[in-house]
Amino acid sequence: MYAFDIERPTTIGDAVSALGHEEAQALGGGQTLIPTLKQRLAAPAKLVSLTGISEMKGICTADDGKLCIGGGTCHADVAAGAGAYPALADLAGHIGDPAVRNRGTIGGSLANNDPSACYPSAVLGSGATVITSNREIAADDFFDGMFTTALEDGEIITEVRFPVPEKASYQKFEQPASRFALVGVFVAKYPDGVRVAVTGASEGGVFRWSEAEAALSANFAPEAIEGLSVDGSGMISDLHGSGDYRAHLVAVMTRRAVAAAH
Amino acid sequence: MPKDGGIGASTKRREDVRFLTGNGNYTDDINLRGQAYVHFLRSDVAHGLINKVDTEAASAMPGVLRIFTGADFEGVGSIPCGWQVTDRFGEVMQEPAHPVLAQGKVRHVGDPIAAIVAETYMQARDAAEAIEYDIDELPAVVNMKDALKEGAPKVHDDLTSNLCYDWGFVEENKAAVNEAFEKAAHVTTLELVNNRLIANPMEPRVAVGDFNRSTGDHTLYTTSQNPHVIRLLMGAFVLGIAEHKLRVVSPDVGGGFGTKIFHYAEEAFCTFAAKALNRPVKWTSTRSEAFMSDAHGRDHVTKIELALDKDNNFTALRTDTYANMGAYLSTFAPSVPTWLHGTLMAGNYKTPLIYVNVKAVFTNTVPVDAYRGAGRPEATYQLERVIDKAARELGVDPIALRRQNFITEFPYATPVAVEYDTGDYHATMDKLQEIGDVSGFEARRKASEAKGKLRGLGINCYIEACGIAPSNLVGQLGARAGLYESATVRVNATGGLVVMTGSHSHGQGHETAFPQVIAEMIGIDASMVEIIHGDTNNGPMGMGTYGSRSLAVGGSAMVRATEKIINKAKKIAAHLMEASEADIELKDGAFSVAGTDKSVAWGDVTLAAYVPHNYPLEDIEPGLEETAFYDPSNFTYPSGAYACEVEVDPETGKVTIERFAAADDFGNIVNPMIVSGQVHGGIGQGIGQALLEACAYDENGQLQTGSYMDYAMPRADDVPFYTVDHSCQTPCTHNPLGVKGCGEAGAIGSPPAVVNAVIDALQSGGKNVTHIDMPLSPSRVWAAMQG
Repeated sequence: MYAFDIERPTTIGDAVSALGHEEAQALGGGQTLIPTLKQRLAAPAKLVSLTGISEMKGICTADDGKLCIGGGTCHADVAAGAGAYPALADLAGHIGDPAVRNRGTIGGSLANNDPSACYPSAVLGSGATVITSNREIAADDFFDGMFTTALEDGEIITEVRFPVPEKASYQKFEQPASRFALVGVFVAKYPDGVRVAVTGASEGGVFRWSEAEAALSANFAPEAIEGLSVDGSGMISDLHGSGDYRAHLVAVMTRRAVAAAH
Repeated sequence: MPKDGGIGASTKRREDVRFLTGNGNYTDDINLRGQAYVHFLRSDVAHGLINKVDTEAASAMPGVLRIFTGADFEGVGSIPCGWQVTDRFGEVMQEPAHPVLAQGKVRHVGDPIAAIVAETYMQARDAAEAIEYDIDELPAVVNMKDALKEGAPKVHDDLTSNLCYDWGFVEENKAAVNEAFEKAAHVTTLELVNNRLIANPMEPRVAVGDFNRSTGDHTLYTTSQNPHVIRLLMGAFVLGIAEHKLRVVSPDVGGGFGTKIFHYAEEAFCTFAAKALNRPVKWTSTRSEAFMSDAHGRDHVTKIELALDKDNNFTALRTDTYANMGAYLSTFAPSVPTWLHGTLMAGNYKTPLIYVNVKAVFTNTVPVDAYRGAGRPEATYQLERVIDKAARELGVDPIALRRQNFITEFPYATPVAVEYDTGDYHATMDKLQEIGDVSGFEARRKASEAKGKLRGLGINCYIEACGIAPSNLVGQLGARAGLYESATVRVNATGGLVVMTGSHSHGQGHETAFPQVIAEMIGIDASMVEIIHGDTNNGPMGMGTYGSRSLAVGGSAMVRATEKIINKAKKIAAHLMEASEADIELKDGAFSVAGTDKSVAWGDVTLAAYVPHNYPLEDIEPGLEETAFYDPSNFTYPSGAYACEVEVDPETGKVTIERFAAADDFGNIVNPMIVSGQVHGGIGQGIGQALLEACAYDENGQLQTGSYMDYAMPRADDVPFYTVDHSCQTPCTHNPLGVKGCGEAGAIGSPPAVVNAVIDALQSGGKNVTHIDMPLSPSRVWAAMQG
């Protein structure tokens, strides 16, 4: 780790101004950034810790029924407090291990957009809205490929608003070493249709499987997607599985998510 | 019922109190006054010519004391290899130099180029980034067969090729073995890989060098399984320091699994630099460094052939193995694929003719050496896999095929140069079938199938040669060390004992088990005995802990020393009771005169030894302290039978272990709880090898599994609850305790059981899969199912 300055603002406004510094970097729960710093793979001059901002923490239900989760809410709190959206609580409760879940935050995970992270699939699969320090971004506009998002420099995720579906499920097939998602599929059934978001698999990061969405919107049953498949050529291929294997798992995990949806 | 604290009692491990409460004293806990820190700048390419290492700017960085490069070690010895193998043509192996810091070339990712010593670790790391170095990258050799091709890049330019040795065993049997294959009714052939592993002890390696310029004494604190051996290797061969001026201390050691046997460059560096700088110098490996600097394990590529007659009797066995040495010869690397592997190829079976060929190969990878089992798991894996394959090809029950070919008469001289003293393979198989409920398997398979899962049963037998080993024998085989063990037993005046053993513990529980033996011999409470180990200034020269040898060899030395103590104490007791020495009996901590009610307590005798007012000074010396060196006459031969049941998810290829049973014969047992723990841990590591762990390099020699993000260690939920039994006991005939050793068995016996089970599961599902190389990860199993 290289030396750095750290600021611990207590309001979103102070955090935004602190991030105005040229080489400043926002620090959420630090589950990605701290290991990166320890390996000397990043050298920000200043870290702006977001964990002291109470207005960015917590879970509530809005008047329109959406589940609102503060960007600084850790996974363990979502697992325990998002009972209104059981599939989301279940996803949060299976990220990493207890140490990770008590440090890592939803905002940090989304801002990082690791192609194997769990949360992006829930946000995209729910058609959630990402609220930042200066605007609202629809999930479909937020994710922009591996480790890339619509966030601009200094922009902070303050909240995520999830429309609660009739039924949903997240099914994760773990990479054996890291236990990140080798393939994770989030399926959510809304009155106006079904959304299917896939993480872990694609070189382009989290994506919606529109063919499956159409089939499941017509018939929300595992057999509805029999015969459908995604192309393995755009999938990640590494020590833990070929692109074809990941493509195969996308269909398997989608069927399982549909079967498990509640 | 065994006496509490005596032999056979499951006494709780006394050392766990300090380990579990944060009161252990590990090498990294040692901080000396004035200590400086070293950081190694390591090569990020697998093979290259070092053109320039410019340390000028870096040397001026804050806190930097000195930067060392390979040039500073010219004239210093090479890191030695402790075993010289002679090849099948009678020539000794090719043995390259291994400098403390790279000289001229780097040969693997992680090879140290420079060592920066600074006031703080962070300053050393900062300075490392200011070193300007220029390396001309050369093509790397990674694949062993490619490395042996004509014109392949050479890892060591001064060697004739990348071949370390071409070993044949038993060379004289080769023609007869080939002839048996020609006459065979059936031949089963299997090509397989024994995957490269990284040991990953919980405690990374640490070294602290210290030098006292007033006395000229050197001290090295290091995470070692055998500090005495490190003292000899480093002192005599690398740095030229006589043993009486060099102390090596290994305090609590947090796991080793073999990789802490070896003498490493970092140890020599810290000792050397402490003198050069007149400051203590400390190195603590990061986990990332451990992946590229701890010796790796396994990494064999093998073709094995089994010949059977028309009645399914094994008639001959032939193997052809390539064994990866990595870039340099680690301390015992040459012995692992040869004498610790070829000699085990008979397994539990009376195969009359065996020929083993091993080509050891240099590659641009981290050195490979002993890892839990060391050669014996590689032997067992290939043998038990080919037997399983043969049973399937012949359509016979794999248990019946094994039983039919079991060795049943002991002692048994194998065609691969070893003589098994005892064993009862039918008994352990009977026990396995009972505790594993093998007869209930079909019902469990149906239940799994009803859930859409494929269920398989894998059986495995193993034989191990441990308690290594007779010094005169291993000397003939190329060992440059003796393999005795030592113990000094010191009885204090008030009766307590201190045992200074040459063995060492890196988690095995010696501090609990060894006292149980003495408590039993004298009839005193185990709490009266303390074990001291891990310090060359505290006890006789020992050989350390590996090869499941501590109790069999180190414990035997302790028994011999204690026998001397008891004999002397009887003389004292005889004097005190004015009786004949021949009439003195020791029982329950008291000496008595046979046939009388005369008795004197243990403590009175020990006190007399140190306060010899009424003492036979004309016959014996005062004091009560004895040393024994025990050199075994043979290896010990634990054996066992294992059964693994798996479920395979046919949609994803994921394997889950549903049941695992192990029936082991370890001979006599001192502490059954510790033995069970050793078996549990071994099976866990074996399951890790079978399902999860793989060290991977790309074609350029880059380590692809350089962290836990990609190197999969087994976790608690990867393993089942084990059913283990060690009630089958055929005691070793040649050591005083009748013990055989249990540390490695689980890691040897489990990988073939797991793989056999997965193949069984897939075949039950109609998949024509005969073999999958470990680890049987979901993607590999799925790919195999696709055909």
